[in-house]
Amino acid sequence: MTQSNRLSGGQIDRNTTVNFRFDNRNYTAHPGDTLASALLANDVRLIGRSFKYHRPRGLLTAGSEEPNGIVELRSGNRQEPNTRATTTEMFDGLEAQSQNRWPSLKFDALGVNDLFSNFLSAGFYYKTFMWPAAFWEKIYEPIIRRAAGLGSLSMEADPDEYDKGFRHCDLLIIGAGPSGLMAALTAGRAGADVILADEDFRFGGRLNSETFSVGDQSGSDWAAQAVAELSSMPNVRLMARTTVIGAFDHGIYGAVERTGDHVATLPAGKPRQILWRIYTKKTLLCAGSTERPIAFENNDRPGIMMASALRTYANRFAVTASQRVAIFTNNDDGHRTAADLHAKGVHICAVVDVREDAPVNYDYEVLSGAQVVNTKGRLGLTFVEVALPDGSTRTLECGALGVSGGWNPNVHLTCHQRGRPVWNDDLAAFVPGSNLPVGLTVAGAANGVMSTQGALQSGAEAAAAALELSVAQPVLPEAEDTPIAQKPFWYVEGCKRAWLDQQNDVTVKDVKLSYQEGFRSVEHLKRYTTLGMATDQGKTSNISALAIMAEVAGKSIPETGTTIFRPPYTPVPISTFAGRMKGQEFHPTRLTPSHYWAKEKGAVFVEVGNWLRAQWFPLPGELHWRESVDREVRQTRASVGVCDCTTLGKIDVQGADAADFLNRVYANGFTKLPVGKTRYGLMLREDGMVMDDGTAARLAEDHFVVTTTTANAVNVYRHMEFVRQCLFPDMDVQLISTTESWAQYAVAGPNSRKLLQKIVDPEFDISNDAFPFMGCGNITVCDGLRARLFRISFSGELAFEIAVPSRYGDALMRRLMTEGEEFEVVPYGTEALGVMRIEKGHAAGNELNGTTTALNLGLGKMVSKKKDGIGSTLSEREALVEPDVLRLVGIKPVSPEEKVTAGGHLMNTTGPVDAAHDQGYVTSAAYSPILNSNIGLGLLQDGANRMGEKMRLVSPLTDLTVEVEIVSAHFVDPEGERLRA
Amino acid sequence: MIINHPLLGPRDASEFTYLGDASLINRPDWQAEDAADAFYEYGYLRDNPAGEHQELWYHEAGDRSWLVVTRDTTTHEISKVELARDVARARGRSK
Repeated sequence: MTQSNRLSGGQIDRNTTVNFRFDNRNYTAHPGDTLASALLANDVRLIGRSFKYHRPRGLLTAGSEEPNGIVELRSGNRQEPNTRATTTEMFDGLEAQSQNRWPSLKFDALGVNDLFSNFLSAGFYYKTFMWPAAFWEKIYEPIIRRAAGLGSLSMEADPDEYDKGFRHCDLLIIGAGPSGLMAALTAGRAGADVILADEDFRFGGRLNSETFSVGDQSGSDWAAQAVAELSSMPNVRLMARTTVIGAFDHGIYGAVERTGDHVATLPAGKPRQILWRIYTKKTLLCAGSTERPIAFENNDRPGIMMASALRTYANRFAVTASQRVAIFTNNDDGHRTAADLHAKGVHICAVVDVREDAPVNYDYEVLSGAQVVNTKGRLGLTFVEVALPDGSTRTLECGALGVSGGWNPNVHLTCHQRGRPVWNDDLAAFVPGSNLPVGLTVAGAANGVMSTQGALQSGAEAAAAALELSVAQPVLPEAEDTPIAQKPFWYVEGCKRAWLDQQNDVTVKDVKLSYQEGFRSVEHLKRYTTLGMATDQGKTSNISALAIMAEVAGKSIPETGTTIFRPPYTPVPISTFAGRMKGQEFHPTRLTPSHYWAKEKGAVFVEVGNWLRAQWFPLPGELHWRESVDREVRQTRASVGVCDCTTLGKIDVQGADAADFLNRVYANGFTKLPVGKTRYGLMLREDGMVMDDGTAARLAEDHFVVTTTTANAVNVYRHMEFVRQCLFPDMDVQLISTTESWAQYAVAGPNSRKLLQKIVDPEFDISNDAFPFMGCGNITVCDGLRARLFRISFSGELAFEIAVPSRYGDALMRRLMTEGEEFEVVPYGTEALGVMRIEKGHAAGNELNGTTTALNLGLGKMVSKKKDGIGSTLSEREALVEPDVLRLVGIKPVSPEEKVTAGGHLMNTTGPVDAAHDQGYVTSAAYSPILNSNIGLGLLQDGANRMGEKMRLVSPLTDLTVEVEIVSAHFVDPEGERLRA
Repeated sequence: MIINHPLLGPRDASEFTYLGDASLINRPDWQAEDAADAFYEYGYLRDNPAGEHQELWYHEAGDRSWLVVTRDTTTHEISKVELARDVARARGRSK
């Protein structure tokens, strides 16, 4: 197709032609175009359908404030919905589709909504879908979800990479228009570290869109020259295609750099977008301003655009939306569009100016004191109806109408720390208030300085002030310096279906209705009508709606108030926030020292926090995980098994007060623990609940090694540092986490000593007499390798834990397996570990669930009353020590094959099954290959006195009822004879 | 946010873990007659000021110092950062 709407000039590369597709049709464009300018060049005005009424819509603007020109980009798993055509940079092979239409853009079945608009006015959700309540989830919501909304997702994973980065600077300048460029030149020439960021791919801001000269150059040439000078400064970093999305605490800004959206294929390994966190000393907001519309009947037809956008398309992109253009304005700026388009040979049908004293022009007609009262054209503008001051009407035949209602400073980022903009009567607009984010100042049009000369000057001055530069002001080039007068004109009297927020389909009538129905504060107005709540955050609509609300209420605009803006300034894909933290990289993966060995053995792994642990080790022929786990349990209890328990937290506690310190953090006492002995320790939170458990081994008078559960390793360490630094700051004690320094293996089973004797160097006697139950010590293994040995047991068997420096962990596991061949040693995983600890009745994470006390776990006697232990005082609270509190018990089904379910609740054998009759619950369950029965641990009211009682284990959700017997939690070796063997 | 660590200089808040009110330093005497009540207050009752607040931050991804940070809860302005150990000592805590 030919680019029939191309004009002369522009900042596009006419020597190169690129191809793109929109709704499966081929078009051509030039580098330098946006998707929006390319569509207009090809005379495509209809681009989408509106959110609620499915009205045909085209482009309204030429920038990131665009509410209507929203498309889906790319295809397959790279499909991206809700992207603004106005900021989509053209490249060869670009693909885009229109959204929110079915079956096609030109014929949309849900366009019928427009006919029923009376029923779909503001608040229709709240009025229509109130009852019956059950309908909401099943009927209303699915229908609404299908009908409303914008683009669609591919439902496939995004294959591209996104990244995050950090930057620092003396001065961040947001926006590279005249004020931003002048500020950057001033700061850069003074040697400051400057970052200049702009969302556009071409620096210059409005200078690229206007025909004004700066000095003796065109505005765009001056901008290009400024950019060239800035590029040569090593202290200035230019970030194009970078939107500063938010102003955060203490001078930190978020920015999204679109590094790969403008190329057909990303270079391998390069990210599509980068989320930057920029740490600034000072920041200058040079975000410019946004033109605001005037509301009139049927003002949303494709072809009706902001006058400044028509100017941008003509001057920068060499494109007109139509060969016949009319203008509707309340200010002189609208006339600039007419002049610029006329100069490029576009026919100006008329300039409709609401002012009686509109400037006269001899090149085209100016209708003073006139207003646009209606428009025609179903899929694109064809006629504009104008009311003249004498009461007559006039119809203009045109394909585009440029609307100018004045300019609003872009105050958005000044609001991100709850700053409130203030009303400026001269501008009839909100300007930044006094309560700005720390270190931020505002210059140029964003601060209400609307002329080019003013922008250059305020940029230079603001940069000098921010950096406290004492040097003389640079000589500024001469530029346009027209005084600005904006007399507000918000909407044409008598209009009803006159759109304010085109993206969320909010009309003048909706705002009036909101007032009538009592939703009068701006916050209520916003939520009731959804005004400003679409992806454009109401950049072109909020102020007009506010003005109308003020008028209906008979108040001034400042009295009515304003809403403030939140980050992000423009929408950001979730992928960008995620960066590389997705899939397996969502959190770090910690591998145990025996990981690679376990992988060789075909182990099945399970995630335990960040750790990957071997869950079981299947042998050939084992078809079900239970076969492997049962074998590992049986073999460990019959001979010997080895399990990697490196993941348990290890904390080295040293110092003269180490024992005293442990006395405080544990509920039980440690001062009398002799060197060479280990003790089980129970740690409470200050509220008396159990925090964690573990062991503390005393390697020397002033040296303990403490273990924690895998899950609580970080919390316990943090807590111990809190106790040390905040509660007992003068204790002579030092802590360090050594979890990753030592590889530690449990060697359990009746042959564990015999196996270890083969590797422990002969000078260390580990016989039962020399190294009894709970013994510990520094030893060497395998001819001099330093190691630590602890005779502790989680399985209930004769067992040891042996630790060597991590780098020897892999070798030690291999050695244990080789040396253990004669005992048919078996490696066991977390499942077998769990089965054995349940058989032994040891509490673990399921029991230490944050709601249990020492008494609940049958460990009440461990809480010493003779010392100041954390949590001991509050553990004695009345409700925690009542006689019938939950107690840890064992649970065994009357028929061994019946299932015990963790989470199931215990009920008396007769009586109702409900919460009021709940007696307790099952915390852990397993199949015990030793007892040949399912078994469980649970917490039961007054459980210690209910041994032998029959109960019902119920899980109404899974329809489970099992008759069970309450037994001791110690299923295996209750007297502990094996431990001490 | 940026926390100006007394030993390490300005550090990003993401390196820290937040605990809460620095009154947690004022752990009651376990042997006092009203110990049960005092521990109840210590454990459960907190002021929730709109304005200046002394609170505990832990430099978990750094040097593991506990800090007392004085922060305005309405503006996030940080007016003072101290080592919790020094604050604890100043409040009379020892062994």
